[in-house]
Amino acid sequence: MTEIIVVTSGKGGVGKTTTSASMACGLARRGKRVAVIDFDIGLRNLDLIMGCERRVVYDFVNVINGDCTLKQALIKDKRLETLHVLAASQTRDKDALTEEGVRRVLDELIAEAFDYVICDSPAGIEKGAHLAMYFADRAVVVVNPEVSSVRDSDRILGLLASKTQRSSNGNGGVKEHLLLTRYNPRRVASGEMMSVGDVKEILGLDVIGVIPESPDVLAASNAGVPVILNEESDAAAAYGDAVSRLLGEELPLRFLEEPKRGFFARLFGG
Amino acid sequence: MGLLALFRSKPNSASIAKERLRIIVAQERGGRGGPDYLPLLRRELLQVIHKYVNVDPEAVQINLEREAGHEVLEFSVALPEKPGE
Ligand SMILES: Nc1ncnc2c1ncn2[C@@H]1O[C@H](COP(=O)(O)OP(=O)(O)O)[C@@H](O)[C@H]1O
Ligand SMILES: [Mg+2]
Repeated sequence: MTEIIVVTSGKGGVGKTTTSASMACGLARRGKRVAVIDFDIGLRNLDLIMGCERRVVYDFVNVINGDCTLKQALIKDKRLETLHVLAASQTRDKDALTEEGVRRVLDELIAEAFDYVICDSPAGIEKGAHLAMYFADRAVVVVNPEVSSVRDSDRILGLLASKTQRSSNGNGGVKEHLLLTRYNPRRVASGEMMSVGDVKEILGLDVIGVIPESPDVLAASNAGVPVILNEESDAAAAYGDAVSRLLGEELPLRFLEEPKRGFFARLFGG
Repeated sequence: MGLLALFRSKPNSASIAKERLRIIVAQERGGRGGPDYLPLLRRELLQVIHKYVNVDPEAVQINLEREAGHEVLEFSVALPEKPGE
């Protein structure tokens, strides 16, 4: 059974691509066959985050247009054998993605017995975002603890519940999860930032992960190595937990509190 | 308030954010699944009301209630208090 997962948010720049890349790696590391697809036509960057930008020959739109086969366009990851990337096209034609075309590609991935297809959604609620979520079985809604991000997520939840294949054919709807990222425990403790509990209460959704704000994420994108592969990073451990929860394991949330620092560190650390 | 208290008691902006979101999310969820013309209807009603009374936009509420078999469009305007009463 192939499970199609959309990583979506409404608002841009909240961490969808970071999350798609790390979740895809995490699932592949657990032995799953994974394809991760960049739906951000015209603004591709999943390939950069995955570190395979120089190996893009054909892209998603090429496959849809029949310029090449899906096999030719799927880029095999060099680190994880079961992981594949389908890059977005750089075309400026927003109509390059069609419902029929996307369905064909997903059907072929299902026929090829992939375990998971991760759809990295573009921002907004237009066509690209719509098509990224349309065929999904599950949604990971990425949110920052900040008013505009939370509000946009709620709009996305409304679309997931009304404008998807599962919502219209009575298949029980899309299973929704919340992933909170760029979480800053220190600012939460001082009352400057909403807590996991606050966001969960407002959106009324189960939390699949809380990723701390971390400099390792920028370092990871600089290197083209998804942050989950950095053994020393809290953000990596938090993404690892989120992947485990996606696979059905029950784990307590971690990194919700500021790491304890010594007296001198507090005195001089600022 | 003493000077020290002034420094200590920063307004808790997270709780303000939460309260604002609670209201806006409830409002937007209320209109969801209803007819697409609801936001426009609300705005036009506001304009008409404004010709007669100067109400705060927030005082105009539109709710779509779904009950068994029928829908009720509920509309309420909180009028401003009259001065001197
Ligand atoms: N946990 C995090 N800590 C610090 N920076 C982050 C974190 N997650 C994402 N970012 C940064 O936020 C920016 C947007 O992330 P990205 O994944 O591209 O978002 P989106 O795909 O939603 O537009 C990037 O610069 C990324 O490095
Ligand atoms: Mg992105």
